[in-house]
Amino acid sequence: MALDLTFTEDEEAFRAEARVWLEANVPAQPLASFDTREGFEQHRAWERTLHDAGWAVVSWPVEYGGRGVNLVEWLIFEEEYYRAGAPGRVGQNGLFLLGPTLMDFGTPDQKARFLPRMARADDIWCQGWSEPDAGSDLAGIRSRAQLDGDHYMLSGQKTWCSRGAFADWMFGLFRTDPAAERHRGLTMILVPLDLPGVTVRPIAQLDGETGFAEVFLEDVRVPVDQRLGEEHKGWNVAMATAGFERGVSLRSPGRFMATAARLIDQWRERPDETLRDDVVAGWMDAEAYRLHNYATVSRLMAGGTIGAESSVNKIFWSEMDLHLQSTALRLLGQDAEVDGNRWLDGFLFALSGPIYAGTNEVQRNVIAERVLGLPRSAG
Amino acid sequence: MRFVFDEDASAFRAAVRDLLDKECGPADVRAAWDSDAGFSAARWKQLAEMGVVGLTIAEADGGLGLDETGLVLLLEEAGRVALPEPLIETTAVGAPLLQALAPDRLAGVASGDTVVTVGLSHCPAVSGAAGADLLVLERDGALHAVAAPDVDLTPVESVDHGRRLARVDFAPAAATVIAAGDEARAAVALAFDRYAWASSAVLCGLADRMLELAAEYAKQRHQFGVPIGSFQAVKHKLADALVKLDFARPVVHRAAFSIARDDPDRAVHVSMAKAYASEAADLAARAALQVHGAIGYTWEHDLHLFMKKAWALGAAWGDAAWHRRRVADAVLPRLPR
Repeated sequence: MALDLTFTEDEEAFRAEARVWLEANVPAQPLASFDTREGFEQHRAWERTLHDAGWAVVSWPVEYGGRGVNLVEWLIFEEEYYRAGAPGRVGQNGLFLLGPTLMDFGTPDQKARFLPRMARADDIWCQGWSEPDAGSDLAGIRSRAQLDGDHYMLSGQKTWCSRGAFADWMFGLFRTDPAAERHRGLTMILVPLDLPGVTVRPIAQLDGETGFAEVFLEDVRVPVDQRLGEEHKGWNVAMATAGFERGVSLRSPGRFMATAARLIDQWRERPDETLRDDVVAGWMDAEAYRLHNYATVSRLMAGGTIGAESSVNKIFWSEMDLHLQSTALRLLGQDAEVDGNRWLDGFLFALSGPIYAGTNEVQRNVIAERVLGLPRSAG
Repeated sequence: MRFVFDEDASAFRAAVRDLLDKECGPADVRAAWDSDAGFSAARWKQLAEMGVVGLTIAEADGGLGLDETGLVLLLEEAGRVALPEPLIETTAVGAPLLQALAPDRLAGVASGDTVVTVGLSHCPAVSGAAGADLLVLERDGALHAVAAPDVDLTPVESVDHGRRLARVDFAPAAATVIAAGDEARAAVALAFDRYAWASSAVLCGLADRMLELAAEYAKQRHQFGVPIGSFQAVKHKLADALVKLDFARPVVHRAAFSIARDDPDRAVHVSMAKAYASEAADLAARAALQVHGAIGYTWEHDLHLFMKKAWALGAAWGDAAWHRRRVADAVLPRLPR
């Protein structure tokens, strides 16, 4: 089959169906921030609404609560979702990162146990990877998981867990082989956050809301059947997650297209000729990002894989988002500093983009070493 | 939606890469620079035998009958070797124009015997004029087809010595007109977009090759006791150029599709392609030169063959700023002055 950039009748019908449902169901008033307890539960209720209508995880198999559509249709849904101004996805760490990883690495029991509850937002997940001494250098993880009969005993500290303040579960990386170094001897373990020995300490982010948390673990007993993938092979599981995160799932083009459209509206409201080029540059980048994503998912659907290229994607979307948001603030002129303006929250959030999911500096190293074949750095 | 090339396209690309790796090394590009026509007629014949030259010509007229989506990967390959032959002028622009307006003038084009170029008023110095057998020229709102013996050329030197620009004089006559009025206007707009798009594809190939050269050099060149490619300052410079290129390619591929399907947004799509590809090649050239250091600044080193084609094609047919403005005019209203 040759290159074809038109949408099929089925794809158009799917888009129309999504658009109609979203227009009828997206809350007219914005929900409170999901980094507050009240907002978190409002978003959980919205996730249930999505789920019950079959829109929570469109690309997942039907048995887990999805509708089994392909990745192109997933991109279409995402475009419609953000075009409709629908709420942010409070369950995104589970839905978009852990979910696909569970499908690849999980046992049949694990899939049946975790995926439908995740899709329904019965369980909202956070990620437990970073530690005080393991940020960009994730292989520096020290939190331990010690096998004790049919349980692991967890101890240590996780940090910067997004949505961790109110989440129900955490998927964490733990060192199971204390003798192994770096990325060897790590294991991915699924941890309920209400277990004895778990202490969650919310951390206020730049916007003042508790968007992430520290999670302290003191002799927390977790059954062995909550290990994801093989023991000591957690790094492979994590990298599969991270590759998908940076490359496809975390930031679909729909949200940036919607932001670019809002930026153009903002320019029309308060036009400034000196910022015209910057506004258009943001719109063009969102278009380019959309095309790049359709090319990536087409390649995946044709049997291709995603590897270090995902780092290319991550650098692009994070810098584009910052450009879009900061250009909007510049359009606001001196009103930009006024708290609660529609762009300030977006700007503050965008500032985290070049940091989380692996800093852009680390991504540049990855590109240089794995795509261009340059030697590893000495230090 | 299927944004991926099929196996035939990939196989054709691989075959062309094989040929050009053998037949169009840097020494061959230098030879073309020193030749009269600015390119090698023998290599053009080899490309014709593979079907590349006549790719956009109807099968009935001796071509492959493919469209821009079949050509775009081969233009990238042309860029990778800084191909001096007029693939843009003849195959991407001239042949489809003649196919639409004067198919009787296509004789000898697919076989490589008749080299075509197209001169538009937007770019008064016509590229490939010195080596062309048939020139299609815009004059006073009409398009004329004129054979080489009937034109006078005044050479204009390009930074890329293979381009052989020239101002062209000829005597317009009723017999030379192949289109006038609205038909000519539409054909000129389409030819301009094809020039800009095809240049974008070549620019992507040039950027790719320059990054490859820079990465190779960064692995071999040692300073302070280590390969310079182990320094993050070097890595990040090349990574940034790679990001820019990686996001230019799908934009260029989309423009190919939009031209082939006569999409109503063709002009915006082409302008995005030319803006991104020009900037990507420019950044790759800067990064590659900096990584090479002084050796890259010499005539002897091959890098400049690629940089100069990148600069020439980046400027031709609307530079990045021109095309960004064209997108802006479509997306945002102009303020009243």
